[in-house]
Amino acid sequence: MTRDLTPATPPALEMRGITKRYPGVIANDHIDLDVRRGEIHALLGENGAGKTTLMNVLYGLARPDEGQILLDGKPVTIASPADAIARGITMVHQHFMLVPVLTVADNVILGAETMSNRVFVDRREANRRIAELAARFGFELDPEAKVASLSVGQQQRVEILKALYRDAQILVLDEPTAVLTPQETEEVFALLRRLADDGRSIIFISHKLYEVLEVADRITVIRRGRVIGERLPSATTEGELAELMVGRAVELTADRGVSHVAEPMLLVEKLRVTDDRRHEVVPEATFQIHAGEILGIAGVAGNGQDELVEAIIGLRKPGGGKVTLGGRDVTGFSPRRMNEAGTGYVPGDRHRFGLILQFPIYDNLVLTSYYRRPFARGILRNDRAIQSSAAEQVDKYDIRTPGVGAATATLSGGNQQKVIVAREFDRPLKLLVLDQPTRGLDVGSIEFIHRQIIAKRDAGTAVLLVSAELDEVMEMSDRIAVMYRGRIVAELDGRTASKSEVGLYMATGGHDSEAVAASAADEGKKA
Amino acid sequence: MSHLRSQRTAGEAIGSSLKLLAEPAAAFALALLVGGIGILLFSGLVPGHKPFDIGLPIDAYAALIGGVASFDGLTATLVYATPLVLAGLGVAVGFKAGLFNIGGRGQFLMGAVGAMAVATAIGAQAGAWVTIPLALLAGGLLGGVAGFVPGLLKATSGAHEVVTTIMLNYILVFVTYWAISGPLALPRAPQPITADTGNLHASLPILIGRDGNLGIFIALAAVPIMWFLLYRTTIGFEIRAAGANPDAARYGGMKTRQLIVMTMSLAGFMCGLAGAVTLLGVVHQMAPGYDTTIGFDAITVALLARSNPIGVCFAGLLLGAMRAGAQVMQIRAGVPAELVDALQAIILLFLVINVLRRFLARRSGRRPSLPVPALPGTVDATLDAEAAQ
Repeated sequence: MTRDLTPATPPALEMRGITKRYPGVIANDHIDLDVRRGEIHALLGENGAGKTTLMNVLYGLARPDEGQILLDGKPVTIASPADAIARGITMVHQHFMLVPVLTVADNVILGAETMSNRVFVDRREANRRIAELAARFGFELDPEAKVASLSVGQQQRVEILKALYRDAQILVLDEPTAVLTPQETEEVFALLRRLADDGRSIIFISHKLYEVLEVADRITVIRRGRVIGERLPSATTEGELAELMVGRAVELTADRGVSHVAEPMLLVEKLRVTDDRRHEVVPEATFQIHAGEILGIAGVAGNGQDELVEAIIGLRKPGGGKVTLGGRDVTGFSPRRMNEAGTGYVPGDRHRFGLILQFPIYDNLVLTSYYRRPFARGILRNDRAIQSSAAEQVDKYDIRTPGVGAATATLSGGNQQKVIVAREFDRPLKLLVLDQPTRGLDVGSIEFIHRQIIAKRDAGTAVLLVSAELDEVMEMSDRIAVMYRGRIVAELDGRTASKSEVGLYMATGGHDSEAVAASAADEGKKA
Repeated sequence: MSHLRSQRTAGEAIGSSLKLLAEPAAAFALALLVGGIGILLFSGLVPGHKPFDIGLPIDAYAALIGGVASFDGLTATLVYATPLVLAGLGVAVGFKAGLFNIGGRGQFLMGAVGAMAVATAIGAQAGAWVTIPLALLAGGLLGGVAGFVPGLLKATSGAHEVVTTIMLNYILVFVTYWAISGPLALPRAPQPITADTGNLHASLPILIGRDGNLGIFIALAAVPIMWFLLYRTTIGFEIRAAGANPDAARYGGMKTRQLIVMTMSLAGFMCGLAGAVTLLGVVHQMAPGYDTTIGFDAITVALLARSNPIGVCFAGLLLGAMRAGAQVMQIRAGVPAELVDALQAIILLFLVINVLRRFLARRSGRRPSLPVPALPGTVDATLDAEAAQ
């Protein structure tokens, strides 16, 4: 969508020649960015491209080494976030900064309280302003609801409301759709358009190409700390943007090819799982995956996917039910026994379960096999075998590092994930369990990891893919199971399922069956 | 494709070694500076000196160094360093596993009790060749038990080892008192006191000078053994992994609870060995009130060494040298020997500040919205990895 923009008026925000150096890297190298009034300006770039640094400079969290910031044509110095807020700039972080036990209204006014007489908060005035803003921009929020009881999408709206309450003229949204269902994403986009129509400027940070094309008025692409190009959505394509972002042509959709489904490999029957607080988060899960098949589990994060995966992989004792792998009962196996039975696992939280960041790469590559030959004889480690195997894997999986002895923390997120992939994929597998395998990664790494997954499937591995990125599930899966409140509420064919159909199951659990049917019909009409 | 570089240049190796030493060296230098200012401020109290006598701190430090720079001074350094190194290894191995062993005091005392018990029981009949190894082993094992208990409590109920080891210290001080005045007491002595190990074929042989006993070599041998255990065996890998990231260790198939118990027992064993060596090599006899500060000094040693076994050796020698020079300083310069305690405390203070700073930086590093240019904690790991090569 394009809107009539008048370039004659000075831009609401202009950043000129912003340069920020950190020891060893130039995070921002003379970046120019201008954002007009009433414009949704997308900032597109891979992780580590310098988007976050640029926004930290704008928000007063980092001081630029060179460059200038102009607001409405006037140069300003932004020394702190408080300074930024006072000048009408606010940031909506990916991780919300809300107090869960307080109400929506409390969270909105927190830190910007209107005092009736220096001592007491003027609640009446606050509520009046919140109600006015909500009505004007079409928020559907109960100001008296506790934030803890809200959905993720609603919490995000509270964050935006907070910004508006502070009379923000420039809103920065950092990956706002990462945690939302497709329907919630649509709602946020509609809201952003209403804000832009009201004359506010929005900087929309993302690495999802189609979203940027859909919502932005202008797109600036950043790579390695530099502005690579500026495009109008009407005059560009996803392919071109991806190429600008990565610096080479990228295959955007994994060519999953045809799966050659064989006998059932993993059988999960009536599996019951409780979480750390002993709440039953998975009351009953039953499904199967065949050899050479990818089963994708779609669902809004926090619907029991993590616990289900942990119960299968042995990190969590199941409360009941049965797991069979290749005809063998593996219920309640420890992680090591599961590993030895032929299971690979890419954890959702790679810094927690996947890696020991302080350790060198070669130690992380043997995290699950350090005790076996050839890496150990008795209790003696065989360093030569560990290091030479690491050197091979670093080459084979294209892990970019100065050496196998480098601490894993020094690698980029994509390369860290490749260390896990190398460790878990590089042997014959019966089952591969992937929990958010590409979360937070750059396009190049995603492409690489997707290809490895498909190669594993084609080699006859049963693959369980859990992802909050619906696109990833849609693109990769031969079959899609939707998880809602710990139950699998639908199983769909990966080739014919529509995004809105899956999205509705994700949002309602299929209770709103009419809506599901309607959306399916709708999708049919479009096709 | 060859982006691999397994060989580092000499320059890089030296650079990283310097980085490794920078923090402890800075802490030590700052401590000397603060100590010097302290001496300066109070120099009027030392007979024969005017207030704010610039010469006094210089004299004092010169005497401190002079006290070490002689054959006897060096021997004394080694003797003082022996228990510091052994117990320092015990604290360091705990740190590696993410455990903070403050129970060194109790474990040290149990080591002395264990060694004395063996000496009392068999020393008179068996010869030194049997008694000494058995006494050392018993000391280590009894110290190990004193580490095992808090380890077990942590593994089974999650009770924090800092709390349980401190509580256990008090209990073990009184257990020691009971042992000295009861089962280990010399019969028919006017007041409770144990026998002298010299009369029980249990004193460690003197190998260097007047008092350089076998314990020195036990400590020096323990350093490479501990290094080998930590960096060349699967057990060491498990200990370090569990300390660095318990969740990842669990996923890697390691039994983290067993590791806690094992590491605490090992830490107790080392501190117990320190106690046994000190008793058999230096003190020879225990009377009521027998106590030690080694358990706490060992924490300074381990922090100064950044938990690296080889670093422990040098840190132990450094603090040992300060102890050895302290008496000479008192005699020659008139500055109280207790200054060394103050210096050690200041070193510890600076080190803890740095540890805290790193810890906080690492925590804020997890927050994705703030830019953290480099993870300070990673330097340790890189050097760790390099040290292992």
